[in-house]
Amino acid sequence: MLTLTCPCCGVTAEETELTYGHEAHLKRFGPGSTDAEFEDYLFNRKNPKGVHFERWRHSYGCGKWFLAARSTVTLEVYGTYSAQTTEPPAELIAKIKEKCPGWEGWQ
Amino acid sequence: MSTRLSKGGRLIDRSKPLSFRFNGAPMRGFAGDSLAAALLANGQVLLGRSFKYHRPRGLIASGAEEPNALVNLGRNARVEPDQRVTTTELFDGLEAASQNHWPSLDFDIGAINNTFGKLFPAGFYYKTFMFPQIAWKYLFEPVIRRAAGLGTAAKEADPDRYEQAYAYCDVLVAGGGVAGLAAALAEAKAGKRVIVMEQTPFWGGRAPVDGGTIEGLAPAEWIDRTLDLLATYPNVQLMTRTMVAGLHNHGYAICYERVADHTPGDGRPRHRLWRVRAGVTVAATGAIERPLAFAGNDVPGVMLASAVRDYIVNWAVSPGDRVVIVTNNDDAYRTALAVLDAGLTVEAVVDARERAGGDLPQLVRARGVRVMEGRGIAGVMGHKAVTHVQVCSQAGEGGVTETLECDCVAMSGGWSPVVHIFSHVGGKLLWDEAGAMFRPDATRAPTGPDGSVLARAVGAANGHLTLDAIAAEAGLSAEVEPEAPLAPVWVMPAGAGQALRFKAFLDYQNDVKVSDVELAAREGYTSVEHTKRYTTLGMASDQGKLSNINGLAILSDSLGQPIPTTGTTTFRPPYTPISFGAMAGEARGDLFQPMRRTAMQDWHEAKGYHWEPVGFWRRPYCYPRGAESHRDAVNREITNARTNVGLLDASTLGKILVKGPDAGKFLDMMYTNMMSTLPVGKCRYGLMCNENGFLSDDGVVVRLSDDSWLCHTTSGGADRIHAHMEDWLQCEWWDWKVYTANLTEQYAQIAVVGPKARKLLEKLGGMDVSKEALPFMTWAEGTLAGFPVRVYRISFSGELSYEIAVPANMGAALWEALNTAGEEFGAMPYGTEALHVMRAEKGFIMIGDETDGTVIPQDLGLNWAISKKKADYLGKRAQERSFMVSPDRWRLVGLETLDGSVLPDGVYAVAEGNNANGQRNTQGRVTSSYYSPTLKKGIAMGLVLHGPERMGEILDFPADKGAVIKARIVDPCFYDKEGEKADA
Amino acid sequence: MPEAVSALKGVSHTGFATVAEAGLTGMIQIRADLASPRLAAVLAERGLAVPEQRKVVTGGGRRLAWMSPDELLLFCSYDEAPVLAGDLTAEMGGEHALIVNVSDMRAVFTITGAKRDEVLMKLCPVDFATLPEMELRRTRAAQTGVALWRSGPEEITLICFRSVAGYMMGLLETASRKGGEIF
Repeated sequence: MLTLTCPCCGVTAEETELTYGHEAHLKRFGPGSTDAEFEDYLFNRKNPKGVHFERWRHSYGCGKWFLAARSTVTLEVYGTYSAQTTEPPAELIAKIKEKCPGWEGWQ
Repeated sequence: MSTRLSKGGRLIDRSKPLSFRFNGAPMRGFAGDSLAAALLANGQVLLGRSFKYHRPRGLIASGAEEPNALVNLGRNARVEPDQRVTTTELFDGLEAASQNHWPSLDFDIGAINNTFGKLFPAGFYYKTFMFPQIAWKYLFEPVIRRAAGLGTAAKEADPDRYEQAYAYCDVLVAGGGVAGLAAALAEAKAGKRVIVMEQTPFWGGRAPVDGGTIEGLAPAEWIDRTLDLLATYPNVQLMTRTMVAGLHNHGYAICYERVADHTPGDGRPRHRLWRVRAGVTVAATGAIERPLAFAGNDVPGVMLASAVRDYIVNWAVSPGDRVVIVTNNDDAYRTALAVLDAGLTVEAVVDARERAGGDLPQLVRARGVRVMEGRGIAGVMGHKAVTHVQVCSQAGEGGVTETLECDCVAMSGGWSPVVHIFSHVGGKLLWDEAGAMFRPDATRAPTGPDGSVLARAVGAANGHLTLDAIAAEAGLSAEVEPEAPLAPVWVMPAGAGQALRFKAFLDYQNDVKVSDVELAAREGYTSVEHTKRYTTLGMASDQGKLSNINGLAILSDSLGQPIPTTGTTTFRPPYTPISFGAMAGEARGDLFQPMRRTAMQDWHEAKGYHWEPVGFWRRPYCYPRGAESHRDAVNREITNARTNVGLLDASTLGKILVKGPDAGKFLDMMYTNMMSTLPVGKCRYGLMCNENGFLSDDGVVVRLSDDSWLCHTTSGGADRIHAHMEDWLQCEWWDWKVYTANLTEQYAQIAVVGPKARKLLEKLGGMDVSKEALPFMTWAEGTLAGFPVRVYRISFSGELSYEIAVPANMGAALWEALNTAGEEFGAMPYGTEALHVMRAEKGFIMIGDETDGTVIPQDLGLNWAISKKKADYLGKRAQERSFMVSPDRWRLVGLETLDGSVLPDGVYAVAEGNNANGQRNTQGRVTSSYYSPTLKKGIAMGLVLHGPERMGEILDFPADKGAVIKARIVDPCFYDKEGEKADA
Repeated sequence: MPEAVSALKGVSHTGFATVAEAGLTGMIQIRADLASPRLAAVLAERGLAVPEQRKVVTGGGRRLAWMSPDELLLFCSYDEAPVLAGDLTAEMGGEHALIVNVSDMRAVFTITGAKRDEVLMKLCPVDFATLPEMELRRTRAAQTGVALWRSGPEEITLICFRSVAGYMMGLLETASRKGGEIF
């Protein structure tokens, strides 16, 4: 069972206090988008073996959503950060690159 | 014959005798005894029958690894099957019974399986019970189920209580032997928060039995001193009777404390499941001795050498007067010394090695014991107890060179580190050639959330099998007799033929023999995981603690490959079985789930209501009077609400306050309707979709003020919709100025429904509830009978209706006041079923009935609630997808049976022809169906292909037993189509 | 005005610790920019400071708890809550905030005695050994959400939703039953 530190309230919570919210940094496509764009937004998800960016909600805690970078293999958590961003923080990316030399990047 | 020795026994207190019963026979033991020790002390060598062949079985081991000696423990409600006697503490009044035999332990009819043992090879079930398929259900499975399983479970509810507890530490030490205590002390000194868990009631592990000195002290002294020292550290928690059952991701350890197994009924919880979060877990779990695979190695009296000396030294119990020791290593000679020290006889040490020239063999020889080098056991004689062993050359095929009389055989095939805890979260093992064992590979340890090591092994669990090596690892000094290398022995003798291999047991609990594993290999099983499942090797409640290494060595040999190539099966938690009670903890009975109660729940219960679950709520379904049936009660409640006035506890409806300068814009995205234009003081029915376009929730939205709206949701949807709103606000439109508050539980809400509703409210007095002051789809704040209320003129029944919100702490009082004041108007409470029928009579949809996660509002004829002016809302783009705009989607209609009967809920309307699977084609299905007491006939709603364009057509609905119900497509609104009543 | 009653009418149980429903308590939810000078001024007027992350502060006979980065919970007397919520809203002027009386939404419990932590250790995934005084922890107790803090000597205050008050008391009573002491 995972533990994640909520960047909104500072509590290190266990998985039972959290709700998983699937892939982070999706770009919303609404009316006016092409079928391909919309279907990609709605249905296609990354499934990496390794570094993954995902959404979590501290549902039994402060109620806030946050984002996490986590290895799907070792379950190492590289960092958690605010949900109010469209891309991972630069220092987190640098940290992951250092830990995972072969990493292809978040996009 | 086993017996109690007159002297010794370091764990027993002879001043505290205890009485217990085994199979009804009274027996005596001492405080400190395990049930195993006490049984042996009473001469009870035969303890059970094996699972498959019903062979007589006795104790093999003295600890958690024991495969044979499982008993039914306790009686009546406290009876529990499959309890290991080796890990059961003796207490006064204990009752145990042996298992898997009929009519008795001594005479067991099932033992006939043993005679026909050749008919039950590996994969017996897979090979035998194949055809015909139907026989599985009616013949094979019932017979196998009757034969399967050991012991019987209690029929009564468990009278004990169980609980769980959370704990946090830097270091969790699993095992309270020398290695564990030394590791704990080092971590304590470094200021770490340490928890040490020992699965037995005693500290120290094997060291006090095995001898040597640590830091110049006898092991027991060193242990006592170290415990005293640890007790001075406030950062250390020491726990006995607690097993680390499993280690999981991010250092989550499940641990099992047997609080009161030895003091049943004393008011304490029986078991406590610890949910520990540890930075590092130290596996100081020791090692388990391996049996040797020789013919007859399961005859009662054949035991592990370490167990024999445990029983003698710890509990002053002699497993037999005349002991033959058979070994491939020096450690077993310690058993010879223990036997001699107890005044018993060692007939011989049969050593499989060519030379036994180490210090320990010499010590034994010096005491006059015969050491037979290069020898093995060709067979064990005796049925329910050992009488002789036949000695042979280990290198040969089993030709008997000599027969030795004895009543106990102590065997040792070397030791296997207990690597479970290290392996549970992915720690990798390496093969140690010298020790013929797998041990943890520290370079491939499991890692935690920050990437650092999550578990490490110390002491014997790390492959350090001697006291000096254990001490050296911990930075301590120790002295102990040196040991010469062992010689791996996987089959005894090496050239044993089929006849011997057929009687050489690997897995005692599941009766898996050397010949079974070899057969599996011949039949093509090369994966150890497949072989495990095919032969059932290591699959019983002991999970192969004794058998795994021997089994995979045999498999490797059969496959002609080295042992590390074969590898081990996966080590899975729990280490030994844990009780269901501990897993459930407090979650049983009333606390099984968090039942939610409205402020009026006591009233409903007092009225003897019939309830239905809605989420975790228990909403009144109806309020039967006297002997009235539920159906009659529902009909009465409906008729009363339509003619007089009904009262509904609507408190469970979700109520979410949305406020801010951008709240209107936000709600326009949340709802398909335009909510930003709703005037203050007005109410509007709204629909919510997800991004897939599917209808997700509905409810009335109320404009409270310029910048605030109150959104009602379905009863089951309150938390979900609030979370949905917060998700979009926090993760997509975080720059919008909107706050939400889930006020669902702040208000009790009561629907006052029916033609006399206004009269009732006017009688309460306070605010003006007239049509002019409070028209349909508006709201107002004020007081009623002195209660501070907000009243909404909304209707889900089609009647004149007021929904009254009151602070929840006054909910019961207002409900009471309405019921009392309503008496003269015929007011009655009504439940959810009446609610459902009345809304169906009006053709109103219900989330979860008309919707199932694949239905869009357009399917339900709700286009009027979808704004055409808005550029965007959640689900809009999805509703433009080709499949969503298809004219062939099933759409909502009313259905009226031709004979007035009630259509079964969920039935399908059939169309011409069959589909590819030979099933009738369908063209619609029933989504809601009820008897309408108002219309005095069955009414239904359903989704039908091109439905609204087919008014008047008749559809066929096949029901049970070949009946076909015919129903006409009609308008879904069956009652007051003009809506005059609600607007009254 | 008709009499208000709390969910469990103040029931209590004594095992190895005493668990009690605290009865009617005023609570006001404040959602706002916690860095707002206006908010600070409105609170300062009543002797209260904006609490630091997860802290509970006291002032003017009231307590104020940090619930999330944009949410506070003000504890006051039950009777004053409706008016106080209105006053606070008015005093915030046009500034974006949501201030609402939520006194009826939750039940308040106290767990008192030397072994109070042991009751909650059985229910909450919280490291009580490292939980400071007057720090609010939002978590779950068994299967329901709670917030709790060390509210006084040998006292922990816990709040949960009103509808599960009975469940909560069942948990607390079971966990505090004599014989269930952990240490």
